[in-house]
Amino acid sequence: MSWFNTRRSGEKGLEKGVVHRKVALVGNPNVGKSVLFNALTGAYVTVSNYPGTSVEVSRGTARLGDETFEICDTPGMYALLPITEEERVAREILLTEAPELVIHVLDARNLERMLAMTLQLIEAELPVILVVNIMDEAERMGLGIDIELLGERLGIPVIGAATARKRGVPEIREAIRSYDGRRHAVFGYGRRMEQDIASVAEKLKGSYRLSHKALALLLLQRDEEVAALVREREGAGYPAIEAVVKEKIFQRRESFHLDLSLERKAIVLGLLEGVITLPDKRKETFGSRLSRLTVRPLTGVPILFVVLYFGLYQFVGIFGAGTLVDLIEKKLFEELLNPWIIDLSQRVIPWEVIRELFVGEYGIITLGFRYAVGIILPIVATFFIFFSLLEDSGYFPRLALLVDRLFKKIGLTGRAVIPIVLGFGCDTMATMVTRTLETVRERIIATLLLALAIPCSAQLGVILALLSKTPGALLVWSLCLLLIFILIGFLAAKVIPGETPLFYMELPPMRLPQFRNVLTKTYTRMQWYFMEILPLFILASVLLWLGKITHFFEKLISWMTPVMGSIGLPKETAVAFIFGFFRRDYGAAGLYDLQSKGLMSPRQLTVAAVTLTLFVPCIAQFLIMKKERGAAVAMAIGLFVSLFAYGSGWLLNEFLLATGILA
Amino acid sequence: MKLSEKAEEILEALWIAVEEKGRGYLELDRVGVEPDDPAYAELAALAFIEVKNGSVYFRQEGKAEGRQTVRRHRLAERLMMDVLNIRGEDGDRKACQFEHLLNEGVDTKICTMLNHPSTCPHGKQIPRGECCIEAERQGDIGVVPLTELKSNQEGEIAYIQTGDSKKMQKLMAMGVLPGNRILLMQSFPTYIFRVGFSEFAIDTQMAREIFVRR
Repeated sequence: MSWFNTRRSGEKGLEKGVVHRKVALVGNPNVGKSVLFNALTGAYVTVSNYPGTSVEVSRGTARLGDETFEICDTPGMYALLPITEEERVAREILLTEAPELVIHVLDARNLERMLAMTLQLIEAELPVILVVNIMDEAERMGLGIDIELLGERLGIPVIGAATARKRGVPEIREAIRSYDGRRHAVFGYGRRMEQDIASVAEKLKGSYRLSHKALALLLLQRDEEVAALVREREGAGYPAIEAVVKEKIFQRRESFHLDLSLERKAIVLGLLEGVITLPDKRKETFGSRLSRLTVRPLTGVPILFVVLYFGLYQFVGIFGAGTLVDLIEKKLFEELLNPWIIDLSQRVIPWEVIRELFVGEYGIITLGFRYAVGIILPIVATFFIFFSLLEDSGYFPRLALLVDRLFKKIGLTGRAVIPIVLGFGCDTMATMVTRTLETVRERIIATLLLALAIPCSAQLGVILALLSKTPGALLVWSLCLLLIFILIGFLAAKVIPGETPLFYMELPPMRLPQFRNVLTKTYTRMQWYFMEILPLFILASVLLWLGKITHFFEKLISWMTPVMGSIGLPKETAVAFIFGFFRRDYGAAGLYDLQSKGLMSPRQLTVAAVTLTLFVPCIAQFLIMKKERGAAVAMAIGLFVSLFAYGSGWLLNEFLLATGILA
Repeated sequence: MKLSEKAEEILEALWIAVEEKGRGYLELDRVGVEPDDPAYAELAALAFIEVKNGSVYFRQEGKAEGRQTVRRHRLAERLMMDVLNIRGEDGDRKACQFEHLLNEGVDTKICTMLNHPSTCPHGKQIPRGECCIEAERQGDIGVVPLTELKSNQEGEIAYIQTGDSKKMQKLMAMGVLPGNRILLMQSFPTYIFRVGFSEFAIDTQMAREIFVRR
């Protein structure tokens, strides 16, 4: 295993030959590790009011005094013993990378619960600094914490902070810079627990990153990764260790985890004696009142509709996809930029073929750039603003618990609302986020539903604009997608083996989103998105141009004509579907062009919109699917989605023809 | 007096039809016991039921007996689920066999052990026995799963009952540890509770495994 190699000199991505001292940020989810990371490094990683936002390890450097440190931000973990994938990732950093300093960040309001992990870190003999974060909110609640006394008791540096308000950051910098040793207090469990631990620990001979005591405890908690490591390190000595571990596990089979937690809790309570002063009465804040309204079905469901109506329909749909697109695409591009560019190219580029590449029907500027900047950008930007606002307000966990019961029916838990809602912004990004789901089964179902039935914001915006002119069409389209979402989810839950996992989620307090954070976050997401789509749009333009000058394109269209015909669509729609192969929104934008030329009837428009929405995800999404779920699953989903999209288009067309709806 | 198993099943079906569905009688072909079974004669001889025009009717004495059989059946279901951890169809089948053993005071013992549950795993009322009434009169506070608490009721966590150590870890990471105070804030559509200064949402399945002393 690569984990336990001794430190390589010169970490990748950093200056050559210079080895920086490494600092790892660890702690429960949603305690502000990423905010601290940003404050220390000046970099930006996504920060939100949603537990588990950081699924990957972020790295950066910080200049403190005259030394540069490497800082890594880890996904949230509840304890040294990992349960989820993210926790495993976080622990691996502690095990493999041997950080010279571990900063444990915790939430002041939940000191009692979270201090148990500080104990574990100290017990593992890791060099720890404790940051008691979110002090401002704790103080507002009337909670008093004697930081100095706590530091004295733990024997390690302890700093009170409110990193979102930049409070405590200079002190943390100073503490990192001047950290000099591994002094810490020693805590003991009850006699029997200590004996059991010692009986395992004394048999461990190898040298590890973690102390023998911590390893023994992890072995007793049946940690398979640690067991594999110990087996490798101890060689011939391992069978004897395994025997003792098994014996102790059996002896304490009733309640080892519980006993250990209770012992830790007792130690924590002892440590906190006189450190915490509780308020006489719990203060009811505006946030907690609002929170209550959002989680009660009677008020929560109407609130959800209000949020969706104003956020998605009015802000993203009407303002983003309507007003802004009109302004940028119609005014800026078609009236000002395009004529000027076309005019310019006619004077500068003498060759017709090359001119076509830039300003022709499928030109890089007149098509690729216009679609990306004029149509897609404003829609996606408004969506990400909406999404970031919701995220930072702490609304998503509440939404998750509200829909959990319904989501269980389609094999998901409430936890899946984040990827599903994010999918309405960008399915590619959402597919990446499915990794926060607990089981492989859930991830596959979510990936499938994202690929099939969730239109991304760009597509949604274009389709809203497209169909809103024909009454009824929008209704048919949304009903079709809703039906398919439920049907396929329900079937997938039946077909894919495994059990629906349990739902549990911490509800962070509702907060007023910070304007700057929302903007920064929207900006980073936009940047990611734009970097992702622009090359694809340009590539698509180039390929379409190539297809056109070689006449391959016409052949492709003539091949596709019977297929289009079988679902009642004119042959021109083939173009939109070919666009759709690059990106679904690109395809939808192609439909938009067709409709403005008046080439399609309401029925054809609806069938085309439904088929295209269901159809093959864009190339980027497919690549991410392959990366996240493996080639086999990605291919299976891709094939199924294509066939299903075509089948649904056919069925819908026949249905509309037979019933005369939208005739 | 000990009834045959078939007789108990007839009483049960009839009691549910009459007391819970508000009907006057139950057709013979709906009872679930063959019409020519000797159990009908057994019950008629005890003046519990009356069979006429192809339907079964209660007689006054039969109702109380029917109530007791339903109570035993639902207690057996609770026992299967809460203590023996046998769920789903398997649990239902085993409960059907088990219920017939719960007479002559065994039901009272089981009911007390289960802390006088009010509903069966399918959500139906368990008819109260004398032991339940007595416990209520004495203001007896027992240990109940979180699902039994009402919104805004507070309690102390007594124990966590789960065979799954991962689930145990999750709950403990949330601060669900024996001795901690827990406030149930809401129970639908999911359970929301507060421990310390944090709030959590969990589904019914997890809520059932947290036992609380009111």
